[in-house]
Amino acid sequence: MHIDQTEKKWIWISVLMTFVMMGVLTLYAVGSNIHPPSGFEPIDSTRLHLSEEFSEDNLGLKKNDDGTLTLTMVAARYGFYPSKVEVPVNTPVKIRIASADVLHGVHVPYTNFATMVVPGYISEVNTTFMKTGDFTLLCNEYCGLGHDHMWSRLKVVPKSSS
Amino acid sequence: MNNNNVNGLSLANFWVGLIAITVGVVLGVYQVVERSGLFPVLDSPTLYFASVSTHGVLMGFVVTTFMIMGFGYYAATTSLKMPLPGKGIAWFGFWFSIVGVLLAAAALLTGNGSVMYTFYPPLVAHPAFYIGATMLVVGSWLWCFEMIWAMNIWKKAHPGEAVPLVHFGNTANAVLWLFTTLGVAAEMLFQLIPWSLGLMETIDVGLARTFFSGTLHAIVYFWLFPAYIAMYTIVPKVIGSKLFSDEMARIAFIMLLVISVPIGMHHLYLDPFQEAGWKFVHMFGTFLVGLPTLFTGFTVIATLELAGRLRGGKGLFGWIMALPWKEPMMTALGGSMMMLTFGGFGGLVNASYSLDVMLHNTQWITGHFHLIFAGTTIIMYMGIVYHMFPRMLGRSLYSSSLAVKQLWLWFVGMLVLTLPWHYLGILGQPRRISSAPYDSPLVEQWIPHDIAMIVGGFILLISILMLVFNLYKTHGSAAANLVMEYAEPIHPAPRVPALLNGFGFWSVVVVIYLISSYGYPIAQFFIYETFGATTWGV
Repeated sequence: MHIDQTEKKWIWISVLMTFVMMGVLTLYAVGSNIHPPSGFEPIDSTRLHLSEEFSEDNLGLKKNDDGTLTLTMVAARYGFYPSKVEVPVNTPVKIRIASADVLHGVHVPYTNFATMVVPGYISEVNTTFMKTGDFTLLCNEYCGLGHDHMWSRLKVVPKSSS
Repeated sequence: MNNNNVNGLSLANFWVGLIAITVGVVLGVYQVVERSGLFPVLDSPTLYFASVSTHGVLMGFVVTTFMIMGFGYYAATTSLKMPLPGKGIAWFGFWFSIVGVLLAAAALLTGNGSVMYTFYPPLVAHPAFYIGATMLVVGSWLWCFEMIWAMNIWKKAHPGEAVPLVHFGNTANAVLWLFTTLGVAAEMLFQLIPWSLGLMETIDVGLARTFFSGTLHAIVYFWLFPAYIAMYTIVPKVIGSKLFSDEMARIAFIMLLVISVPIGMHHLYLDPFQEAGWKFVHMFGTFLVGLPTLFTGFTVIATLELAGRLRGGKGLFGWIMALPWKEPMMTALGGSMMMLTFGGFGGLVNASYSLDVMLHNTQWITGHFHLIFAGTTIIMYMGIVYHMFPRMLGRSLYSSSLAVKQLWLWFVGMLVLTLPWHYLGILGQPRRISSAPYDSPLVEQWIPHDIAMIVGGFILLISILMLVFNLYKTHGSAAANLVMEYAEPIHPAPRVPALLNGFGFWSVVVVIYLISSYGYPIAQFFIYETFGATTWGV
C-alpha cells in the first residue's frame, strides 16, 4: 500500500482535530453539566387531563418542597398551556412538558430553552434564564396547518418579585 | 460511442431527476416568497405546507434516487467495460419507482400528504403517500442489487485484480443504501402503512422517530457518494491530472459506509425518550464521519495542485488560477468544495451535543442541508450530467460556456439563499413556518434576510432553467465521438488487499456497530410499557 508522506501528516492532523473537538464537548458536558433533554418517561397523551402531574390545576410554575422550581406545561394544537409564564432570572428551573395530541417543539429564542414535545413521552429540560425581559415561546416543529400560530410568551422577572 | 448497453436507461433516469429538480426549484421559489410574509395576498398554510412536503419528497427522494441510479448504471458499464447484467431488472426498477412517485405525487398535490418528507406521525397522510414512497425505495433496491451483481461478475472474470475505483465506490454506495433504508423501511412496513390503512389504531411516535433517525444521516452520504466518486475519478481526467491515491479513496469509501449509518441519533438530540448517554455516544460517532471527508478534501486538492502546476501555475496559490476553469466539471468542483467547507463547519455545530439546542429546528438547519445537499452535491451532479450526456448521446455539449455560467449562478444563488438562513436561525426563526405572527421585535430583524433569500431563490430558478435548456439542446447538437474515461492513479494499484476490494467483512462490521448503537434504543420500546398516539389529520 502506498500512502504519501504529506498525506500521512494530514491524516494525523485530521484525527487530532476530531479528538480535540470531542474533548472540548466532553469537557462542557461533564464539567458544566450541559446535556440535551433525556429520560424515557412514557405517558398516555389521551389522558393527560386525568394524570396528576399534567391536570389543569397543576400547570404553571410551582415551588417544590426542597425549594427548587418546576414549570409544568402542556402543548396542544395550537397553543401552550398556561399561555403566559413568569420565571425568575438566574434561578435553575426544571421544565416538564407533555403533548396532548401531535408532535410539537418548544423554542424560546435567545435562551437555552428548547425541546421536542413527542406524544406519549414527557420532555424534561433543566435550564437557567440569564436575562430578564419578554421572550417569545414558539412551536418550532410542524404540527398541522395552524402551526405558525402556536406561540405564547415567557417573561423572565427579577428574583425578588417572584 | 462507448460500448455499453445502458445509454437509454441512464438517460431515462437522469431526465426523471432533471424534471423533478426543476419542479422542486419552482416550488422552492414559491416557498421563499410566501414564507417571507412580504406578500400577504399569497398567505396560505394549506398551499405552503403541501408545497414544502412536495419539495422535500422531490429533492430528497426523487431527484437523488434517479440521478444516482442513472450515474451508477453508466459508470458501472463504462468502468468495468462490460454490459450491465439483467438490464430488464434495472428497467423494471425504474418503472416501479416511477409508479411509486406518481402515487405519492397524487396524495401530495391534492393536499393529502402534507406531513413533510420526514412523515411526522401521528399526523396521517393518505396511504398512497406511504405506499408510493416505499415503492420508490424498493425500486432503488433493485439498483443496489444490480451494482453488487455487476461487481461480482467482474471479480469472477478478473480474479485477484482490483475492482476499478469507480465501481468500487458505486458498490459501496449500494451497500450503504441497503443499510440506510432499513430504518425507513421498518417505519413504513411495521408502522406507517398498516396504521394509515386503519389496521392499527395508534402509533408509537418515539419508535417511529428512532427508526427514521437511522435513515436520516446516512441518506446524505448516499446522495454525496456519486459526487465523491466524480471528484476522485472524473475530475482528475478532465483537468489533465492524476488521482493522488487510489488506496486512500477506497479507505474513504469504506469509512463512509461503516461510519455513517449507526450515528443517526444526533437527529434526536432534543427528543425525549432517548437517554442523554446514547446521544453522547452517537455524537462521537458523528464526529468520526468528518474524517473521510477531510481525507477526500486532501486528495482532491492535491490532485488539483498537480494539474495546476503541470499547466504552468507557480507559487503558493498561483496554481489555482492555472486550472481549467472553463471546463464545467472544474467549475462544479470548485463550487462544490467551497460549499462543502462552509456546510461542513455548520455541520460540526449541529453535531455538537451541547450547541445544537440553540439551533435545533431553526432556519439554520435548512441553511445547513441546502449547502451540503443542494449546493455541494447537486452542483457535482450538474458537472456529472454535463460530462456524461455528450458521451451517452455521442454528441458535443450544446454550450460549454453557458454551462459554466449556469454553475456559477447556482453557486452564487445558493450562497445568497443559505448564508442568510444560517443567520436567521441564530436570530430564532423556526424552519417550516408559512408566516411569522410572533412578537414584532423578534420578527422585524428577520426582514432583510428574508429579502436576500428571495433573491437567492430567483437566481437558482434562472440557473436550473439554463441547465435543462442546455441538456435538451444537446440531444440535437453536432455528433462527436467522446469516450468515457476515468483517472489513473499516480501509483497504479492493480492489486489491493482483499479488505479494500470487497464489502463482505465491512458489512459484518456495520451490522455489529448498528446493533450496539441502536439495539437498546429500539428494544426499550418493547421492554417497557408505552402509549401509542391517536391519529390526527393535518
